[in-house]
Amino acid sequence: MAALTGMRDTLADFRRRRWSGLAIAAAVFAIAWFLPYLYGPLSSTLDTAIYAVAYIIFALGLNIVVGFAGLLDLGYVAFYAIGAYSIGWFGSDWFTEAINGGKSGIHVGVSGQAAHLLGIHLNFILIVIAAMILTSIAGAIIGLPTLRLRGDYIAIVTLAFGEIAGTVALNGDAIHIGKFTLTAGQTAISPVDQPNLFTQFDNALNLRPYYWLGLVMIAIVLVINFSLRDSRLGRAWIAIREDEVAAASMGVPLVRTKLLAYAMGAALGGSAGAFLGTYTQAINSTQFQFSFSIFVLAMIILGGLGSIWGTVVGAIALSVINQQLIPTTFHTAPHDLFGLNFTASEISFGIFGFLLVLMMIARPQGLVPERRRKLELTEGLASDESLYEVSA
Amino acid sequence: MEAASITGKPLAATTPVAAVRAFLGRYGLIILLAAGPVYFAIHDLLQPSHSLVKLGNVLVAGISNGAIWALVAVGYTLVYGIIELINFAHGDLFMIGSFVGYGMFGTLGLTLTTGTLGLVGGLVVTLIVCMLVCASINVMIERVGYRPLRNAPKLAPLITAVGFSFILQNVGELWLGGSQHGVTDLIRGSTHVINLGGVTIDRQDILAVGLTVPLVLVMTTFISQSRLGKAMRATAQDPEAARLMGINVDTTISLTFLIGGLLAGAGGLIYALYQTNIWFFQGFRAGLIAFTAAVMGGIGNVRGAVLGGFIIGIIQQLSDNRIHEVLGKNFGSEWTNVVVFAYLILIMVFRPQGLIGEETREAG
Repeated sequence: MAALTGMRDTLADFRRRRWSGLAIAAAVFAIAWFLPYLYGPLSSTLDTAIYAVAYIIFALGLNIVVGFAGLLDLGYVAFYAIGAYSIGWFGSDWFTEAINGGKSGIHVGVSGQAAHLLGIHLNFILIVIAAMILTSIAGAIIGLPTLRLRGDYIAIVTLAFGEIAGTVALNGDAIHIGKFTLTAGQTAISPVDQPNLFTQFDNALNLRPYYWLGLVMIAIVLVINFSLRDSRLGRAWIAIREDEVAAASMGVPLVRTKLLAYAMGAALGGSAGAFLGTYTQAINSTQFQFSFSIFVLAMIILGGLGSIWGTVVGAIALSVINQQLIPTTFHTAPHDLFGLNFTASEISFGIFGFLLVLMMIARPQGLVPERRRKLELTEGLASDESLYEVSA
Repeated sequence: MEAASITGKPLAATTPVAAVRAFLGRYGLIILLAAGPVYFAIHDLLQPSHSLVKLGNVLVAGISNGAIWALVAVGYTLVYGIIELINFAHGDLFMIGSFVGYGMFGTLGLTLTTGTLGLVGGLVVTLIVCMLVCASINVMIERVGYRPLRNAPKLAPLITAVGFSFILQNVGELWLGGSQHGVTDLIRGSTHVINLGGVTIDRQDILAVGLTVPLVLVMTTFISQSRLGKAMRATAQDPEAARLMGINVDTTISLTFLIGGLLAGAGGLIYALYQTNIWFFQGFRAGLIAFTAAVMGGIGNVRGAVLGGFIIGIIQQLSDNRIHEVLGKNFGSEWTNVVVFAYLILIMVFRPQGLIGEETREAG
């Protein structure tokens, strides 16, 4: 009983803190909004920040699948690929030949230079919506075979899908649909349109609009995440994560709930993929690798599975390590400090591996653990996840 | 799968639909696996030459490739059987095995001009070193990365496994660089030894199968006959009960990793000699393929893993050599991964317990 009372107190405390949390979030957002003015319009810090922003959206999407619903997805890269190819297909001259025999293009809601190019050119918002629709369909398709499986088996099926997506992207020039091929094969689809929202984006002149666009996307995604978590659906996800059989017997529709988790997580990944695609200006088929899935997974694990703020923190931390610390700040550190004849970039994989191992052993619950998990850990509720106990 | 555990054994089929479903459940996977070879056999027999030589050569190559996957798959299946962990680092351990083999060729000074006796002796030494190095790395990884996490949520050791996989890959990359690396064809692998009406069996095929089969036999005998092997099986079945019966669970798990590492090391050396081409990324793909093999045979089941290895090897070779006949000339061996993973997904969906596996705690 004491444990239950304690939990009730903590929950009441949580509700009180919610408003202060909102205030802090608004303040952080405001600071983040004005941050670019401290740096030049083309500074590398801003570049890192834009990657971080994209990865936050990826990580928040994966957090729905892995953190909320407890479905270990190792094929998240598939949604990055589909999202990125959405902009490659609907925001470039890729389909030039297919439209009116290459004489004119299809333009919806685009102005400026893109309005005069051949191929399909949609407004960035429409492309994001298209990406989300495509990825959520793909997410549901990937989810379907895993419905009867659990744990590691889900991980393997999703991993297989991710690998298939990567291989298809890499060799998609063999797949002909009418006159055109699915992807550009080993080469990249480049360039793609830059967004034109209020102003024409141009990553050669000013990176700030990309950053702000990303921030707006994050704000929307955060609202989606919080309202999903506190909704009936969110509670159903957590129930499935904690005990699938119990959840099913309490009337949680397993199939629908799981597929919704896959679809929604995938949709967010698709939007981030479209964003990153337009920012990098090249849909390069070689970037859709397993390591991407692990990179995003590492973010949510570093932050604390299921914890929304933890995911944000984890995504920022790993993006900064990946984009800034390893290639620039500590690039020559192995040589300077230890006299070794390689750079930090050459051992970035090893560094990540080491961080993953260290993190799991030192703090498996993550930097900012989810409140519910913390309760479970400290008050011993439902902590029968391990199969058996062996003294170390 | 909770429905299956409530009703137990499938009831006798009463309706035609249920009968079809029961039939597909039992034989679907076997039909699916046999479809490829049977199709090509009929196809070839209908050709003017009426010859199965082409298919036979593909099968030979498939079986010898499969022998390598079998060695790696056994490591997966043993570890999964005992601690229910997909040891992602295992494929990269296999890669390290190849690299150690390559390094040993240099250290021992084995070249194409080395005499037969010296070559055989050198290869035996290399094999032993490869096996021991991989086994010690595997045991060490278990000690550092998995043992502290026995009571952690299941995701934790999986993540450390991925972490070790990255570390090993990076070691390989620093060791021999990021590109493919040629290995001297010490055994002159493509020398024909046996010719069965056009189907040739080369030295490399004999090496792969001739090394795999005894190793696996020794290992299965060890698991089924010895005291330690019995402890392994008991721990796999119920770790808690095994501990109550006085089995040292930690030692038993270490032993499992030791055996897995030994076989991965041997597999790595065979791969280096067979393919005469190694690179740091080979382990990742090999790991996934071998895991597919383990799942196909029924994870936790050693004989299943070996069978699965051979089947996957054949599927790969069929796909490598003949996929373009089915899908068109644009599709070549680069699509083999898609074929293998599609099989993996189909098995997972329709027969997660594999060909001859019993239901594991996870899948059941």
